[in-house]
Amino acid sequence: MHSLLFALTAEADHGPEITAGGPLQEWAWLILVAPFVAWLAIIFWGKAMKYQGAEIAVAMMSFVFGYGLLLWIDTIRNKVVFEHSVVIGDLGGGWVFEWGWIVDGLSSMMYFVVGTVGLLVFVYAVSYMKGEIRYTFFFSSLSLFAGAMLVLVAAPNLAQLIVGWELVGVASYLLIAHYWEKKENSSAGMKAFFTNKVADVGLIIGAIMVSVGVGSFRFSEILHGAEEHAEGLLAPIGNSNVAVVGALLLFFGAMGKSAQFPLHIWLPDAMAGPTPVSALMHAATMVTAGIYLMARMFPLYQTIATEARTVMLWVGVLTLFLTGLLALVQTDLKKVLAYSTTSQLGYMMTAVAAGGYTAGVFHLFTHAFFKALLFLAAGSVIHGVHSNEMTDMGGLRKYMPRSYGTFLVGSLALAGIFPLAGFWSKDEILGTLGHEGYTFFLWVAIAGAFVTAFYMTRAVALTFFGEYKGHGHPHESDNMMTVPLMILAGFSILAGLTNMPGFLIGDRVVGRYTGFTEWLGTRALVMGDHHPDNLEWSLAIYGTIAGVAGIAIGWMLFSKDRDTQEARDTFSIPGLYPLLSAKYYLDDVALGMVGFIKGPLANAVEWINTWVIDRVVNTVGFGTKALGAVVYNSLDQKGIDLAINATAAGSGAVGGMLRKLQTGKIQQYAGALVAGAVALVIGFSIFN
Amino acid sequence: MPIVPVLILAAFLFSMGIYGLLARRNAVMVLLAVELMLNAVNINFVAFEAMLLDSMASGQIFSIFIITVAAAEVGIGLAIVLLIFRNRHSANLDDFATMKG
Repeated sequence: MHSLLFALTAEADHGPEITAGGPLQEWAWLILVAPFVAWLAIIFWGKAMKYQGAEIAVAMMSFVFGYGLLLWIDTIRNKVVFEHSVVIGDLGGGWVFEWGWIVDGLSSMMYFVVGTVGLLVFVYAVSYMKGEIRYTFFFSSLSLFAGAMLVLVAAPNLAQLIVGWELVGVASYLLIAHYWEKKENSSAGMKAFFTNKVADVGLIIGAIMVSVGVGSFRFSEILHGAEEHAEGLLAPIGNSNVAVVGALLLFFGAMGKSAQFPLHIWLPDAMAGPTPVSALMHAATMVTAGIYLMARMFPLYQTIATEARTVMLWVGVLTLFLTGLLALVQTDLKKVLAYSTTSQLGYMMTAVAAGGYTAGVFHLFTHAFFKALLFLAAGSVIHGVHSNEMTDMGGLRKYMPRSYGTFLVGSLALAGIFPLAGFWSKDEILGTLGHEGYTFFLWVAIAGAFVTAFYMTRAVALTFFGEYKGHGHPHESDNMMTVPLMILAGFSILAGLTNMPGFLIGDRVVGRYTGFTEWLGTRALVMGDHHPDNLEWSLAIYGTIAGVAGIAIGWMLFSKDRDTQEARDTFSIPGLYPLLSAKYYLDDVALGMVGFIKGPLANAVEWINTWVIDRVVNTVGFGTKALGAVVYNSLDQKGIDLAINATAAGSGAVGGMLRKLQTGKIQQYAGALVAGAVALVIGFSIFN
Repeated sequence: MPIVPVLILAAFLFSMGIYGLLARRNAVMVLLAVELMLNAVNINFVAFEAMLLDSMASGQIFSIFIITVAAAEVGIGLAIVLLIFRNRHSANLDDFATMKG
């Protein structure tokens, strides 16, 4: 397994050298602060505003989009790598907690994705959520979600990344459980939160191990240490070393956020949230976090923790294939897309694990657009028919032409059909796997492409073809929802053109454009990876054949009405169905584990509660009561009260005596006056 | 001019005033006794001024002030006594012990 790191500058045609950035990058902290300002502003003033706070969220997101676009353009043109940290806390022992922001190729690409997808989703949500419960709260949480992701992406050190990571978790919990009046929705929120928490344990321990290994939380230090094979990272743990174990733990954290098998179980349940949340979560702000972490730490995996990559590869391919199959049996349109997301995340993880830094992140980039598109189009359909079930849909292409058209574009892009975005990124992943010699994984990935095309065809057929079976009259959504769809469809078609391998025609390479590779390579630690000089025809053809075959078989099975509509909708492939519909029994395993742990644990806790904590509490309580009685009877009643009563009685007695002097007879006063004067005269006469 | 007989006269007047102040029961008589005391003081002022040959005649000026103030005081005092008498049909100070503690 050879290292793929090489200096981009070694190649002559890669344009200008890396530059340090200017005021634009120095003020980039604004896009981290803006969402939190919007979050608080919506909470405090949202309800009083004309659009109930949605305008603040959209304005904030427009700003983030605009600034992100400027940053990205500047990064592309000038190869900017900017990093700034402010120390905000001293942890002692030379450790500091820093807050800062990075502007380099990877993070500015993410700013752009979060800004673009976020803005379109926010605008869409203004119309989609109209009249829904907790409208203002929804937009405040959405702002928090975007802000948390930006904090995560901008983090120049692992500590800040974890803060952003947890904020993303909190915001996702709030949003998934948005309709919390229904038990299953709030359970879905908790499932997402707790599954992520399990993974976060790995993230935090891994982050501590790796950071302690090099003596700093900073990515630049850690990655530099990895490149230099720092001693702290090579310290042995069992048969392995700190770097490998730390890298695996970090990967475990990424498995939770990026929904890798078997920790993907929270993601389909997260469909309980409103559709804009699903779109945002699946495209830009949550599940990409794990892939982002892997990409950010990529040099660690490439130089020193190479052994961790085998595990990552297996998890990646299992995810891409097994969760793809699960999408085949879902009847809920959003759940098809949810499993599709986990499958695509599996592709990204596989690519990164195989050494395809660019390939994995490129797929993240294109996937963000077409998956956001698919979710928003599905949301538009759901909005029209008031149901998530595909058995309530059918024949919608006549009623909802815009949603149909855009959904179709998204599906084709996802299925990897030339020349849409998904084709280029999937081809890049296949190319990486082929180049690195992972033949088995390559074939699994191609099979995954077949499954992808198959379930997307099924979803399109069941939703848009045949006869309408739902209630009422479906209607196309308004422009506020369909325009974002069309913009995203445009991105889904064009996003792949940012990184084209070119075609070898004769001995000339035509149409080669590698901008994306160069942008992603623009990092403090100059890096790059394998990028094919031209399209590998064999892989492209295999991938396309898989996709087309999937579409063809799916179309044959699901396009025509069978004997009845119902037969078509509920048709399932024999043999596979029981396992798939039970989701590989993973939920049962998870619940069983929880139950297994919960029973004895609960009993033990109950015992401790009764016999230890209650005892202690009771003893303390009774002791306090007895002490109180003693204090009351002796000190208070006999001590303080007596003193006060005696003082009062004494004052009363003296007053009673003194009041006799006040006779009211004026001549007695005058007599006293004269007597006093005489006494003074006599006194002065004697003693003077 | 010898000063002692004058001072004796003043002391005599003052003592008579004190006696009246303390022993009389009628409020009007008490006011008269107070006037006697004030005039005894006036005599003292004038006598000491003459003895000390004060060029500013401050004793006499003081006496005139006291006479003025005493006139005002008697005016107000008699008015109060008159009102009390009207309300209570008595000018006996012993009847007015309403401030008894």
